[in-house]
Amino acid sequence: MTVAFELNGAAVALDLPPETPLVHALRDGLGLFGTRWGCGAEACGACMVLLDGKAVPSCTLALDAVAGRRVLSVEGLGTPTAPHPLQEAFLAEQAGQCGYCLSGILVSAAALLETNPDPDEAAVRAALDRNLCRCGAHNRIIRAVLRAAAAMRGVPA
Amino acid sequence: MSGARPAPGAAPPRSADVGPPPAPPKLPGSLETNRRLSQWLRLLPEGRVVVTPGKVEIGQGILTALAQIAADELDVDYARVSVQAAATDHSPNEGVTSGSRSVQDSGLALRHACAAARAIHLGVVAQRSGVPLEALRVEDGTFLAPDGRAIGSYWAEAGSALLECAAPHDVAPKPAAARRVAGTSAPRLDLPDKVFGVPRFLHDMRLPGMAFARIVRPPSRGARLEGVPEAPASARLVVDGSFLAIVCASEAEAAAAAARLAARARWAERDTLPPAGELPQRFRADAVETAGIAARPGSGVAPARTLRAEFFRPYIAHASIGTCCAVARMSEAGLEVWSHSQSIFALRRDLGLALRLPAERIVVHHREGAGCYGHNGADDVALDAALVARAMPGTPVRVQWSREDELGWAPFAAANLVAVEAKVAEDGTLLSWAQDVYGNGHLSRPGCAETPSLLAASHLAAPFPAPVALNPAPAGGGGADRNAVPLYRTGGLSVRVHRWLEMPLRTSSFRALGAMANVLAIESVMDELAQAAGRDSVEYRLAHLDDPRAHAVIEAALAMAGAPPPGRGEGTGRGLAFARYKGSGAWCAVVAEVEAEEEVRVRRLWIAADAGEVVNPEGAAHQIEGGAVQAVSIALKERVTFDGRAVTSNSWETYPILRFSEVPTVEVRLIPRPEEPPLGTGECATGPTVAAIANAIHDALGVRVRTLPFTAENIALAMG
Repeated sequence: MTVAFELNGAAVALDLPPETPLVHALRDGLGLFGTRWGCGAEACGACMVLLDGKAVPSCTLALDAVAGRRVLSVEGLGTPTAPHPLQEAFLAEQAGQCGYCLSGILVSAAALLETNPDPDEAAVRAALDRNLCRCGAHNRIIRAVLRAAAAMRGVPA
Repeated sequence: MSGARPAPGAAPPRSADVGPPPAPPKLPGSLETNRRLSQWLRLLPEGRVVVTPGKVEIGQGILTALAQIAADELDVDYARVSVQAAATDHSPNEGVTSGSRSVQDSGLALRHACAAARAIHLGVVAQRSGVPLEALRVEDGTFLAPDGRAIGSYWAEAGSALLECAAPHDVAPKPAAARRVAGTSAPRLDLPDKVFGVPRFLHDMRLPGMAFARIVRPPSRGARLEGVPEAPASARLVVDGSFLAIVCASEAEAAAAAARLAARARWAERDTLPPAGELPQRFRADAVETAGIAARPGSGVAPARTLRAEFFRPYIAHASIGTCCAVARMSEAGLEVWSHSQSIFALRRDLGLALRLPAERIVVHHREGAGCYGHNGADDVALDAALVARAMPGTPVRVQWSREDELGWAPFAAANLVAVEAKVAEDGTLLSWAQDVYGNGHLSRPGCAETPSLLAASHLAAPFPAPVALNPAPAGGGGADRNAVPLYRTGGLSVRVHRWLEMPLRTSSFRALGAMANVLAIESVMDELAQAAGRDSVEYRLAHLDDPRAHAVIEAALAMAGAPPPGRGEGTGRGLAFARYKGSGAWCAVVAEVEAEEEVRVRRLWIAADAGEVVNPEGAAHQIEGGAVQAVSIALKERVTFDGRAVTSNSWETYPILRFSEVPTVEVRLIPRPEEPPLGTGECATGPTVAAIANAIHDALGVRVRTLPFTAENIALAMG
């Protein structure tokens, strides 16, 4: 069965079993490895994507549930030559150690900044509370999100 | 006395006519055992330097620090340097990437190797050009005469095999003041890939024709496989004793098929695990191997007071966000494995034992995995993949563990009981200190026993007994006894470690090993002794510390924290703790501020550390902060739970870790010591953070909590 949806701004069609979790469809169906598998139980946030602008785990999200919908993965945020302000800020703050959790955190942060362009620290912590980090990079990540928000509002760093 | 004692650091006196000639001084770090320069670096004609260390990136940023060191010593731009992942077929064998020793072992070796490479090249160019050696300069890899004329470069000599030689001894790396790149916060080399979602992890590796396997683990520790249903048409089973794997064409299919298979496989189960609450008694009543770590007689002065206290740290899980993963391919030539192991050479050896394959027919390549905090399941999953690959010659096989396997079957940090008996004079001055550490050992890495330490080896039809965890030797920092010897002037001293010889749950090395429980014990007791003597706890510590670098970090942490907030003792508190990691590593002092209402929350941490030379200050500060935040998580929340048969904390619901909303703000200050040897930073904050929290809880609530984690339940028990 072919499932068609919008991914990172472009139309895609995937011929995979409809129950395939989206995280595996992105990784092995499309070769986009930025979305990471961490638990398969919506409990760690490593596999977060934006579905119609909302951050959701993709490890239990069946491929056919995204038919006709808009999906954004970390690869759709930006690229090394055209980075998203969040990606620039994460590099500027060196906000990551092992980095396995970062894709999901970037996606959660992007969803936050869509709805709240001027979050305070507590709002950032609340928005990232579904994302686990084991290396203890939390404070740098929070600073990076606040830095990106300021940049997106046009406030000089 | 005069003239009778050698100057500090001088060689011991030796007679002229006896004994062997003096051995040359040792080369730095891992260079001593891996002397060929071409093992450490390659210079490419296109103007690049490739550094090839045996240490591996485990999320700590070591690749970046090594590139900085190489750029400095060679006098090339940092951007020209890249670092190649280690593999057993070409890398120097640097043992295990652990113990906060990467900069000492690999960094100092590379510094010397690069200084040697620079000197050898300049020697050749001087001879060839006639320009005196002392007059030559190197500017971004180009050799310049005094008049600024370029007379050669590393790149022009790339084909001349100048590095195919043993490292000379008579090379002096640059003095600290001449370093331009090491000592600065160069950005992490690996971070851009991780921020842009570029495939970089082992988990992202794909080979043509790759098969995807999942392991269906026994449902409990003592379970034996009795019956397996037929595999579905699209899958294949690999069965060996109680090792059961299912192989599919994709990861999605394998995960789903493994879940179905797990529900239908038949196992014979039995109880093998002790009640968790009985561990402290079992540690003492069962057979143990006792080792004396330190002993010193006391003065014989009768004590005014004796304080006895016991501390307990439960089993802790590594709990990485990414589960363990490996790729293996069996061919006629042998076995090729891609792994995020910390010890690729020892893994090769244990794979050989488990598969009954000569080690020289196995190549292990390192690829980056998710955060690694010690001996996790990385080595185990490599055997899983190899067992499946052996059944399917020619097919590359990828195995990724389930979350349940990761939290339930990887080695755990050992549970430990620490008993302290301190005797003091009337004014609180220490007269003697006895510390006894109980529980399993902290070392069952590959390469440490006669039999392979890999999980599936004990599940095979012809099983290998799982080696019972050892403790590393005290000279290497010890295991359960790590940091059991106080840095304080104690008077009499007795430190012993009693290694439990049963191992119902597999234990091995986790960040800081025994230091967490030992520093908790020492720093809690020091606080309590100060209080009993009516003395300020900081003044009391300093009065028992002769080491000026210890004084410096304690004073720095206090200065950072400033005056305590109002409301102390009414649910808000501050505590301080200090340790020198392993007694020979970095000095670290932590001030913690907590709020204790229904649950304890850590609000702020101030950390001062002295790690000697720091190659990348931001990276080092990040390692310290990360270690501290992880320690807060362990202190407040973490405990492996189990029933009579199985580990029950095998999900994020049952093994919660600290979340963004719970993370304290952290300030880190590194005391600059560029002339001192580097000491590593990854583990120094763990023990002091946990102990500072315990002391802050006492400040807030007036209760000494001696059992981790500091949950409402354990605080209530401590209140009695």
